[in-house]
Amino acid sequence: MERSVVIAGFGGQGVILAGKILAQAGMSHGLEVTWLPSYGPEMRGGTANCTVILSDRTIGSPIVDNPTAVIALNLPSLDKFEPTVAPKGILVVNGSLIGRKVERTDVQAHVVPINEIATKVGNSRTVNMVALGAYVKATGAVPLEVVKRTMAEAMREGGKEKLVELNERALDAGYAALP
Amino acid sequence: MGERRLLRGNEAIAESAIRAGCQCYFAYPITPQGELVEYMARHMPRLGRTFIQAESEVAAINMVYGAAGAGVRTMTSSSSPGISLKQEGISYLAGSNLPAVIVNVVRGGPGLGNIAPSQCDYFQAVKGGGHGDYHMIVLGPSTVPEAGELTMLAFDLADRYRTPVMILADGLLGQMMEPVELPEPIDVSQLPPKPWAATGARGREPNIILSFDLGPENLKKMNLDLQAKYDLIRKHEVRYEETQTADAEIIVVAYGTIARIAKTAIDMARAEGIRAGLFRPITLWPYPYDALRAVADRVKTVLTVEMSAGQMWEDVRLAVAERAKTPFYGEMGGIVPTPKGILSEVKKHAR
Amino acid sequence: MPVDTARMTKVFSRPQSLTEARLTYCPGCHHGIITRIIGQTLDELGLTERTIGIAPVGCAVFAYLWYRCDALQVAHGRASAVATGVKRARPDRIVFSYQGDGDFASIGTAESIHAANRGENITVIFVNNQIYGMTGGEMAPTTLVDQRTTTTPEGRDPLLCGYPIRFSELIAQLEAPVYVTRQALYDTRHIMDCTKAIKKAFQNQVDGRGYSLVEVLATCPTNWHMSPVQANQHVANTVTKVFPLGDLVNKGA
Repeated sequence: MERSVVIAGFGGQGVILAGKILAQAGMSHGLEVTWLPSYGPEMRGGTANCTVILSDRTIGSPIVDNPTAVIALNLPSLDKFEPTVAPKGILVVNGSLIGRKVERTDVQAHVVPINEIATKVGNSRTVNMVALGAYVKATGAVPLEVVKRTMAEAMREGGKEKLVELNERALDAGYAALP
Repeated sequence: MGERRLLRGNEAIAESAIRAGCQCYFAYPITPQGELVEYMARHMPRLGRTFIQAESEVAAINMVYGAAGAGVRTMTSSSSPGISLKQEGISYLAGSNLPAVIVNVVRGGPGLGNIAPSQCDYFQAVKGGGHGDYHMIVLGPSTVPEAGELTMLAFDLADRYRTPVMILADGLLGQMMEPVELPEPIDVSQLPPKPWAATGARGREPNIILSFDLGPENLKKMNLDLQAKYDLIRKHEVRYEETQTADAEIIVVAYGTIARIAKTAIDMARAEGIRAGLFRPITLWPYPYDALRAVADRVKTVLTVEMSAGQMWEDVRLAVAERAKTPFYGEMGGIVPTPKGILSEVKKHAR
Repeated sequence: MPVDTARMTKVFSRPQSLTEARLTYCPGCHHGIITRIIGQTLDELGLTERTIGIAPVGCAVFAYLWYRCDALQVAHGRASAVATGVKRARPDRIVFSYQGDGDFASIGTAESIHAANRGENITVIFVNNQIYGMTGGEMAPTTLVDQRTTTTPEGRDPLLCGYPIRFSELIAQLEAPVYVTRQALYDTRHIMDCTKAIKKAFQNQVDGRGYSLVEVLATCPTNWHMSPVQANQHVANTVTKVFPLGDLVNKGA
């Protein structure tokens, strides 16, 4: 099967990195993957998003009209991508920053207080990992352990060894936030 | 095959160039191929190879001319406006029979345009953007792994035919990431020698690299030699891919990123009972006219999809020569056709 | 009276580094002298077989014909960029570019300055005759104020087209170059000085010291509409006032 997710938020919320880690984890898990960023001016202060596709067969288009999941970390992202989610798809919504309700009734919406959880974990900058943990729980796209291992490798490669433990807790907390 | 790595298109091209034995790389930064320049800046010096951030695109292509003339594998990369600046140098490379690889990660134009994906440089690439009767081999990768493979191939073709070869990608392919199986690096010492190169005239007559002859008869001969070479390339190097064309009533012709998006659209069309197929030129010059014509003989409709106002469409119509209907669907300015967008065009024209 | 050639000693001959090809320059033009000096230098330093020359666009477009060494004929103004590419590809070879004032100081401004600024280990011979010879006598960036050319028929008006550019002085402002000098050829003493300068510019490269530039003030009797003698006097009396001779940079000399 083919899963696609658009991860969207403010520049600085780490959506690009979250997407890379998901794609890398999918690859480690033996899946075909593509990762496609929004790039250019969009990345500089405005909203940013990336599309990740995870599939058990060759991937055609790296862009999707109707992703099977959307992670919206802020209101503009929800406004933009809520209408695009495939029917019966999954919507992970950052309840901390988004006041309004999800309008779609044909999707499975999870409103998660992502910023609060990140702060509780110990650093508000871990919102991307909290969101990714929630997505993994909601979809089962890739085992949580594979995501954690991939994240740890990415942190070590970037010389940020000391952030591994914090981000592991963030992934766990996001995972635990969903039933 | 070697290791599997998740790489951006820009990085896959850079790493493949390194593994193909690129000894000297010269470029000027421009979006959306900045990662390619930065990758080379990180890796070339520690391998003892040359990386220069040139003062301009013009300087970069002329440094390539020098390194190519001196007989080493060499490359430059840029995006649309920068490639325009390189055209004089590309013409000189072609005229002087020098092997070099040029990467164009195409963005929206004309003028400054924007940095979003586009295929609006097709004419410039395949019809000769510079002056004179020349061509270069133009390869249009559709996926990140293929961008790597075609980069390796580009260096071989450049050497084999002593010609500039262009990788014609687009911003989307440059920016997206996909797993890539990287081949083992080639052994540069095993490459065929280049007895024509300017390496110092020790124990032989001087080698002169030039694209120049004031005598019309001599220059005509130089041109005829070039044309003979192009005929050889047309005969041996045409590459294309057909997907589900055997029973198709309508085929989409698309290259690069658009071809893979069209592949998804074709699966969607098949699911709706439309017998659709895909014809994907891999070499944009030489263009697969004959192969496309053979397909056109079997179908009712040949739909061209491009991120341009219809540049490759002209070659499609040359190939099809009214054997089938030839509608066109194009987007410009950095708009990327989606699978649904292509599907609706397929449905419109399949009826 | 019969001459006994067997007893004569040959004191002057064509440098081994030069081919038999006839120069295409006009009578009285200094390009021929510079060509000979370079050939002689390659002989004396034993460099011919490992030297790669870069021929420009301009009157010296045929420069690749004169030397018994490998050469590239290159696009107008890009000789220093091409020299960079050759040198980086073959660091153990000797690379020199031969460029006129239009090539080096006008259309190739960026390439000239940046090759110098990177301190490329190359030798650049910059021939300044204050005019575009090959295309028929148009204004050069170095054309003197009030000098008549086919594109400044009333004389160069600095308010319209600026002043003669002292390009070697621009290069001399940079940190990297090890040797920048301006030489002339209007009499024997200056020819000898220029010969020493060109030899030094090649020796610097052999020693791996970095970028060397020799600007040579040359004549163009044809387009100046002067006799060769008048042209030499013009360089001595007028041109050198605008373009003073001597070393601008001579590091560790």
